Amino acid sequence: MGISVLNQRRLDNFRRNRRGYWSLWIFLFLFFVTLGAEFIANDKPLLVRFDGGHYFPIFKVYPETVFGGEFETEADYTDPFVQDLINEKGSLLWPVVRFSYDTIDFTASPPTAPSAQHWLGTDDQGRDVLARVIYGFRISVLFGLLLTLFSTIIGVAAGAVQGFFGGLLDLLAQRFIEIWQGLPVLYLLIIMASVIQPGFFSLLFLMTLFSWTALVGVVRAEFLRARNFEYVRAARALGVGSTTIMLRHTLPNAMVATVTFMPFVLSGSVTTLTGLDFLGLGLPPGSPSLGELLKQGRDNLHAPWLGITAFVVLALMLSLLVFVGEAVRDALDPRKVFDQAVAHG
Amino acid sequence: MSNDDILRVKDLRVRFPLKRTGFGKRDYLYAVDGVSFNLKRGETLAIVGESGSGKTTTALTIARLQKAFSGSVQLGDIDLLALKGAELRDMRNRMQFIFQDPYSSLNPRLRAEDIVREPLDNQNRMPAEQRDARVEELFSAVGLRPEQRRLFPHQFSGGQRQRIGIARALATNPDLIICDEPVSALDVAVQAQILNLLRRLQTDLGLTYLFISHDLGVVQHMCDHVAVMYKGKIVEYADRLTLFNHPQHDYTKALLAAVPSVASALRQG
Repeated sequence: MGISVLNQRRLDNFRRNRRGYWSLWIFLFLFFVTLGAEFIANDKPLLVRFDGGHYFPIFKVYPETVFGGEFETEADYTDPFVQDLINEKGSLLWPVVRFSYDTIDFTASPPTAPSAQHWLGTDDQGRDVLARVIYGFRISVLFGLLLTLFSTIIGVAAGAVQGFFGGLLDLLAQRFIEIWQGLPVLYLLIIMASVIQPGFFSLLFLMTLFSWTALVGVVRAEFLRARNFEYVRAARALGVGSTTIMLRHTLPNAMVATVTFMPFVLSGSVTTLTGLDFLGLGLPPGSPSLGELLKQGRDNLHAPWLGITAFVVLALMLSLLVFVGEAVRDALDPRKVFDQAVAHG
Repeated sequence: MSNDDILRVKDLRVRFPLKRTGFGKRDYLYAVDGVSFNLKRGETLAIVGESGSGKTTTALTIARLQKAFSGSVQLGDIDLLALKGAELRDMRNRMQFIFQDPYSSLNPRLRAEDIVREPLDNQNRMPAEQRDARVEELFSAVGLRPEQRRLFPHQFSGGQRQRIGIARALATNPDLIICDEPVSALDVAVQAQILNLLRRLQTDLGLTYLFISHDLGVVQHMCDHVAVMYKGKIVEYADRLTLFNHPQHDYTKALLAAVPSVASALRQG
């Protein structure tokens, strides 16, 4: 099935917004590059040629003895001794950044300023800031995307059911959502953080619990409107079940509102995670996170590269997302779609 | 009450709550107030009346799209008002509805063939190829060309859209088709086409119509019996000839006098 005329026009509108269009491409580029963070910033080489054989340390653990060392433990490729052993009979191919997010550089007292070795310097524990930013960007975006996905699914489902059936169910659910939104999320997260050790998925679960309400309102409104459409009544007269009517006849009407809101939900999710990390309530200590970097920047004002890096990366990411969001919103705006139709005859 | 009655409506009442007048007291408007009639298989009963007389509410209630307050509706020997859930949905295959406005009663996002297929998909009794064949058959039955199957509703004219609506109603071979002012949104030339189509389908397929209209000219063209509704009640029930030649109730006379016709215009002119 081809793309409909209306959607084609929306796509054209989106393309015509140069800022949003390029923001999307830059964001996607950054996202896919950081998805392969292990291949860009790692303390293991991409490829080791040794004694005629090829080794891939990123995928497989090789004990030092493979390369003629003494220990049965995994080879430490940053160790000059191991490097010398390998270079004798072969060579190492390193990633662009020779540090992983948790590689500690003991050679200087941290934090060190940007240098040829550490392009963005090191943080207060001697870890490479660039590597942490790459991994942090990835975890922020992935967290944001997953949170957006789950909140959207739950929010759309809840809004759809409420709007479609209306009545007492709608009334009770709306009151529940009002109370739920009134809960002080931050305090609950502080309490949770003291009870359980928050990890990526437990944090995702907790945040989903409180962020699904974002889309309920718009979807509910669309369904309240759509359930009185004549063709919905026609479908009911045909004996079509409620679930099918919702999916086939009323959900498409709510999709525009949902898609319009999603980029903003995404940037909101990223900001929330950063905020929690900044307060120390987010991802477990040691995880690469932009919020944690921001916190280090505040604690180490004498090392301005920490704060500046975190600020620039966050500002860039959120700006890109907001630009994309604006472009999507404008592209789906019925008035603009209509204007274009008139302009093109 | 003979056995070939396909639809029996007895003492049907539908009410809507009005604004509260005092503490705990609630007034109701009886939109349909004790309506009874029978409809024989293969015949057409028209319900006529002015706007707000309760004729559409009656139709919607029979189709279970509107809640009844009391009374009974029987299709064959099934009590429609008692059905629930899956049974109700099954029953809907035996009774279809043609809507007034062909612009809003078709989902603008679906293609014509998908709209006509929907009742078949919902019924889920035939294999897919058979459904396709049935859609093609329905398209030719209502006078649409097969190459129009892939078009969207906005690409059709009003009359063609109503043909799609009729094809959709015919899809499951229903016993009863309720036509809720099926031509009042169309212009006069197209009205005649659609009415002739409905009549041809009736003779070809032996359909039974419950025909709702405010236009006596249309009713005269279509039906065997006429029920005149006024303020929620049936004030006169007669066969077509009797009603048009010897109206009994004052309201019926007023309605008939209000029908514009070329002959009366000439006489007065």
